[in-house]
Amino acid sequence: MTTSVDLTEYRQPGRGRGLLDVFSWRYLLRLLVRQGTQTRYRNSVLGWTWSYVKPAAQFLVFYIVMGVFLQFHRDIENFAVYLFAGIVVVNFFNEAFGNATRSIVDNGALVKKIYLPRELFPIAAILVAFIHFLPQAAILLVVCILLGWMPSVAGICGMLLAIAIVAAIALGLGLFFGALNVAYRDAQNFVELIQLFSTWSVPVLYTWQMPAAQLPDWLFAIYMSNPLVVAVELFHEAMWRPTTSSAFPPAEDMLLHGGVAIAICIVALTIGQAVFRRFERRFAQEL
Amino acid sequence: MTHEAASPEQSLSPARKPSIIVEGVRKTFLLRRSHSFKEAAIGWIRGKDVWSKKFQAIDDVSFVIDEGESVAILGYNGSGKSTMLKMISGVLEPDAGRVLVRGRLAGLIEVGAGFHPDLSGRENVYLNAAILGMKKHEIDARFDDIVEFSGIEPFIDQEVKHYSSGMFMRLAFSVAIHAELDILLVDEILSVGDAPFRAKCQEKIHSLAEAGKTMVIVSHDLEMVRDLCERGIVIREGRQIFDGPIEEALKKLAG
Repeated sequence: MTTSVDLTEYRQPGRGRGLLDVFSWRYLLRLLVRQGTQTRYRNSVLGWTWSYVKPAAQFLVFYIVMGVFLQFHRDIENFAVYLFAGIVVVNFFNEAFGNATRSIVDNGALVKKIYLPRELFPIAAILVAFIHFLPQAAILLVVCILLGWMPSVAGICGMLLAIAIVAAIALGLGLFFGALNVAYRDAQNFVELIQLFSTWSVPVLYTWQMPAAQLPDWLFAIYMSNPLVVAVELFHEAMWRPTTSSAFPPAEDMLLHGGVAIAICIVALTIGQAVFRRFERRFAQEL
Repeated sequence: MTHEAASPEQSLSPARKPSIIVEGVRKTFLLRRSHSFKEAAIGWIRGKDVWSKKFQAIDDVSFVIDEGESVAILGYNGSGKSTMLKMISGVLEPDAGRVLVRGRLAGLIEVGAGFHPDLSGRENVYLNAAILGMKKHEIDARFDDIVEFSGIEPFIDQEVKHYSSGMFMRLAFSVAIHAELDILLVDEILSVGDAPFRAKCQEKIHSLAEAGKTMVIVSHDLEMVRDLCERGIVIREGRQIFDGPIEEALKKLAG
């Protein structure tokens, strides 16, 4: 019946190009991100000031409790900065990953009624998490400047790389678990477990020397190739180290670990996207 | 299409190009009985039937809709007509057969799905038009028309949660109908608003049909369907039982 028609102009509805489609939907992405950030401080007098007050208070607590009371900065110079620089990165990862995982279910009303490239929702979730990360980074910057921090090109490039690594791994994992979450809400709980592990498995409260002393070499190499560990270490190098004078040295083979971490991010993104596309076809009927 | 307009012998030929091709489409739903691993495992241990049950929503449906045609998909509740429309829009994917479309497509499938109660009417117009695939400059150009058509100018900067349901639907419909598109899918939407607004909508849909837009309408309002469509496809229990002129289709539906 259709053999006489040239089918080249036709497309199958509902089949997109995955993450690439997001570029042609930039405007909607911008609106989704704005919606995600605007609604955060609804009906609040101070609004976005809270985004600065909270991390500033957190830093103060670290400084007084960890630094002064517990005397952690006898071992690690400027321990409060060390801790805060790491926590900022971990917070970004946890929020981005958690938001991305829930994004499809949260936008269920839309997903089952209108076709859009569904990757928009996890990506918007990660951009919103990034915007929430900025005030924390600003507090970190202010504290470091007060302690005599000077910017360096290498340090700033390192931080940008760290942010890109965290965003990529959060998106890869977020696509994977976000797709699973549609059929089985267990994914959400599983993600909370991953978040717990990710918080404690990176050198935030301790230094890389402690796992190095306890773990066999091969296991320590794996430990250091965790993209999140690499991102945290890059932040330490960029923000914390310049504020110290006689701190312990950075870990060896950072370049190798960084390379492996980037490879892991690419693999996670590829698998996440593949799984997402496989499950996407059933989103509308599962929600 | 521009290249057709360029060649006069083509534009004179009566054969129109299809906008939508539906070929041997089937859709089966799995009626799941468990929504977590735990639930499935416990059910299995207790000897319950945890495996999903199949339900044939659409069974071997084929039709071709030409550019500029207005077609009604008719059937009673649960016959599968909305499922069919969702497969054309791309929200659902057929299990067998295929659906092909040409041109920009927008579904009026439950307009207002993307409305956010905490945003103002103005922000929601932009958000929803973007959801329907419009670019910023296209929305800017049509914004005034959209608001005027909805007839709620005085409230446009208020949050949508303070709107009455009628106002809400008027704005949502107005956005959808002004979207830049070639194919319009309408699902039971024309039941919104009061009589004057419905008349206005019907008139707008007529003018879109005259402008050569392709339309697929699902509705229980048979008077409206008779007025808007020239062709009807009747679906009963997932099977296509008739495809032809609207009057005969309506008779077939009743009988």
